[in-house]
Amino acid sequence: MDFSIGIKGQDYVILAEDMNAAHSIILNQQDHTKMLDLNDHLLLARTGELGDGVQCAEYLQKNIQLYQLRNGYEMRSNAAANYIRKYLADSIRSQEPMNVNILLAAYDTISKEPQLYYIDYMGSMATVPFAAHGHGALFSLGIIDRYYSRSMSRDEALSVLKKCIVELKKRFIVNYTSFNVQVVDSQGIHQLDRIVA
Amino acid sequence: MSRRYDSRTTMFSPEGRLYQVEYAMEAIGNAGTCLGILAKDGILLACEKRITNKLLDEIFETEKLYRLSPNMVCSVAGITSDANTLVNELRLIAQRYQLNYQESMPCEQLVASMCDVKQAYTQFGGKRPFGVSLLYAGWDHHFGLQLYQSDPSGNYSGWKATCIGANNAQAISSLDSDYKSDMSLQEAIPLAIKVMYKIMDQNKLTAEKLEIATVTRTDEGTTEMTIIPRETVAELITKREQEIAQETQK
Repeated sequence: MDFSIGIKGQDYVILAEDMNAAHSIILNQQDHTKMLDLNDHLLLARTGELGDGVQCAEYLQKNIQLYQLRNGYEMRSNAAANYIRKYLADSIRSQEPMNVNILLAAYDTISKEPQLYYIDYMGSMATVPFAAHGHGALFSLGIIDRYYSRSMSRDEALSVLKKCIVELKKRFIVNYTSFNVQVVDSQGIHQLDRIVA
Repeated sequence: MSRRYDSRTTMFSPEGRLYQVEYAMEAIGNAGTCLGILAKDGILLACEKRITNKLLDEIFETEKLYRLSPNMVCSVAGITSDANTLVNELRLIAQRYQLNYQESMPCEQLVASMCDVKQAYTQFGGKRPFGVSLLYAGWDHHFGLQLYQSDPSGNYSGWKATCIGANNAQAISSLDSDYKSDMSLQEAIPLAIKVMYKIMDQNKLTAEKLEIATVTRTDEGTTEMTIIPRETVAELITKREQEIAQETQK
């Protein structure tokens, strides 16, 4: 029942995610953050099984940090995305697969390009201009299709994001009270204002 | 007296030395020379070939130069069979990295990983160290063109110009005086010939005994190893001989 959404612009990637922490019909927490900074220019938004998500994200974060400590430079965004993808691909083929879907927002400091990676729990990966995970994707992708352009400003991207949230509020059975919004750009990862539905 | 401490690779001598590692370096000191020079537009590797029998069938293009990965090349000095094992392992390490990260392994990481393996043979397991020193030439998007050297102890370092194998100390002191940091490949090639000529027995330097390659970065974003044709090498040797003749006349 999670929902995450990402929109890539000329020099930024915005990621937004619902803040519900639920188990079956019980809503445990309404302000739970499910995004994690993997390094200065990599932001991971996870959806799916809550426990798996935490294990997976922290494991990836620590290994990406270890790479940086060993080598003196950050893991490049493409390398990190493939590393994450392979981790999930190996996981699905193990006895205890991780049930975690990921949206990875990155800014490659060498090529100076923003990137958005859509990775699912089976280890399939796509580099996309915008993406969403969860049932909410069914409602959102059409809206973004209609209004998206690569040269959008951040405010325009946020307004499209808000349109999706309005639609979810109206037509999706699950009630999301608020959304955590963060942006990745050349300066790093920044927190934006929460969007209250 | 301290011979008691020789045979075990994994024991220090009373003076604090690892004899097996030193003996391995001795073995390399008798092997064919390899020279590496880092120029601003490429890396030059010049190797002395020891196996020059006419009866040999030339299946491989090079005797001492190996491609490790899309962005790295190496040359070896020492026991050939040990070198083959190490090159195999290096290629595996590079491909494993590529499988995980979908990018070419950065040069220093490959060298460091290999050196960790070599170090293990000096500390535990009871097996002898590898009798090989390697020169690694490659490119990555972090530091551009790089030249590294590693030895049986598992130590490695980055160099602007260096030499391994027979007479390497003499070569390094020669490079010390003649190397300039903004050299181009065009200037490095005659320098390599000059140094090789000096350290090898002067009567015996011929194009058949030299393997020279340049490692360069193309516009398409690939790292190429180009072997300098034998005729060109022969011409360069002749040119150097003429220079020496002129110098001695003065």
